[in-house]
Amino acid sequence: MSVTPSTYPLVPKIQKDTILSLLEVGKRADGRGLEDIRKVKIIPNYIEKSDGSALVNIGDTVVLVGVKVEPGTPYPDLPDEGILMVNAEFVPLASPLFEPGPPDENAYELARIIDRSFRETKSIDLKELAVQPGQKVLVVWNDIYVLNHSGNLIDASAIATLVALARTKIPNYEMNEEGYLEKKEGYKGTLKLTKKVITATVAKIGKYYVADPTEEEEYVSDARLSVSFTEDGTIAGMQKMGAGSLEEGDIDAMVDLAWKVSQKYFSEISTAIGLPPQE
Amino acid sequence: MGKTGLKLIDENGIRIDGRKPDQLRPISMDVGVLKNAQGSALVSYGKTTVLAAVYGPREALPRHMTLPDRAILRVRYHMAPFSTTERKSPAPTRREVELSKVIRESLEASVFTELYPRTTIDIFIEVLQADGGTRTTSLTAASMALADAGIPMKDLIAGVAVGKVNGKLVLDINEAEDSGGEADMPVAMMPNLGKIVLLQLNGTLTRDEFKEAMKMSIKAIKEIYLIQKQTLRDKYAKMTEEEKEE
Repeated sequence: MSVTPSTYPLVPKIQKDTILSLLEVGKRADGRGLEDIRKVKIIPNYIEKSDGSALVNIGDTVVLVGVKVEPGTPYPDLPDEGILMVNAEFVPLASPLFEPGPPDENAYELARIIDRSFRETKSIDLKELAVQPGQKVLVVWNDIYVLNHSGNLIDASAIATLVALARTKIPNYEMNEEGYLEKKEGYKGTLKLTKKVITATVAKIGKYYVADPTEEEEYVSDARLSVSFTEDGTIAGMQKMGAGSLEEGDIDAMVDLAWKVSQKYFSEISTAIGLPPQE
Repeated sequence: MGKTGLKLIDENGIRIDGRKPDQLRPISMDVGVLKNAQGSALVSYGKTTVLAAVYGPREALPRHMTLPDRAILRVRYHMAPFSTTERKSPAPTRREVELSKVIRESLEASVFTELYPRTTIDIFIEVLQADGGTRTTSLTAASMALADAGIPMKDLIAGVAVGKVNGKLVLDINEAEDSGGEADMPVAMMPNLGKIVLLQLNGTLTRDEFKEAMKMSIKAIKEIYLIQKQTLRDKYAKMTEEEKEE
């Protein structure tokens, strides 16, 4: 059951008024312009024991993604494909609002937004993960770990997921005599990323649209729109969030801004890890 | 060809269930269908059938989850085990958790929650039969159940899903078109106010296709809105007649 949150900090009206009066003159509380993003820092291969990983900072928001590739059974309707599983954990050390326990609706929503963008664009080649089609395939477990919540968890998770998957090595599994996949020394190669996909979130506060919202801006926003893009500008997913509403014109403007922000993310990712440009 | 290699639309632009690309399925609606609930609605878009019930405003327990300045909304979107082709476990899935959240946020945009501080308004949605577009059918039904319960709202909410099959945009997709198509875009809005309360996209669309899909959904939502209003009017007309007879 989804319940109206009652634990969110009440943002005092005066604070909302301050945010709005700043927006009126094209400024934000942290000194940014409306379309600016915070400083992005990307550290690929942060966890040695994972098969792929990335630590991403957007301002004070910190997200760590670790990837593990392990044997599993294929879906009955897609017998000759491996599986990508995206999971998100909002661990309690990341925010006073996060509690230990099973993932809440926000964690599920975040994981499913990222999952859909990669799945629908067929961003990673799942066919090469079918060790024995119909029987044994490799499962790519992409675990998103939120380490500090200062707003815009979705974009940070999307960047970290893309970098981690782009840097994922496929362990060397071989079928043993009993018919089980056994992990051998070394790696068989890297995961094939056929398309890069990113998600950018825009918040609407009053009549203004802001890129990369902070936690405080998320609380005072009327609604947020997360838009996923591939590098050629195709829309690869969308999610409106928040208990407010948007008009058709708002959506057009927010998609435009999300695309601008996406290009910034793509360029940050390329410089950080030197990904070759898409063919 | 779609994902499954299935041909979902023929050379004359006719879909597998005989509809044109911009045609809705037959829609039926009824309100006040459950005796115990304050408000209820049964809505079908073709074979997709959803039952929604509203309890409240009522006391919320534990009380610390209530808000001092408005009512909270508690929403459960749930699929009956027999609603799908293969039995679905009644335990809530990740998908149902996410949909309950987006449906709650949509309804929160329409309800005057500030009229009922420290209470809860509970909205229970059961998908009895699933054939595509269950979340938008659910929103249409939930909004009518709220109206049936007499809860003040800014406007009714109506929803519809636009999809893309075999490279073509189609309105109000069914399950075959959803699973075999390239995109599923559920949209819900308060039609009279022109406010969009739910927007999701699962799949890929170009910018132009997206704009076209928005136009298609808004046009269809306005049609659904007329049926909603007529259904509510009919119910109250019937009530007035019954009163006269007594």
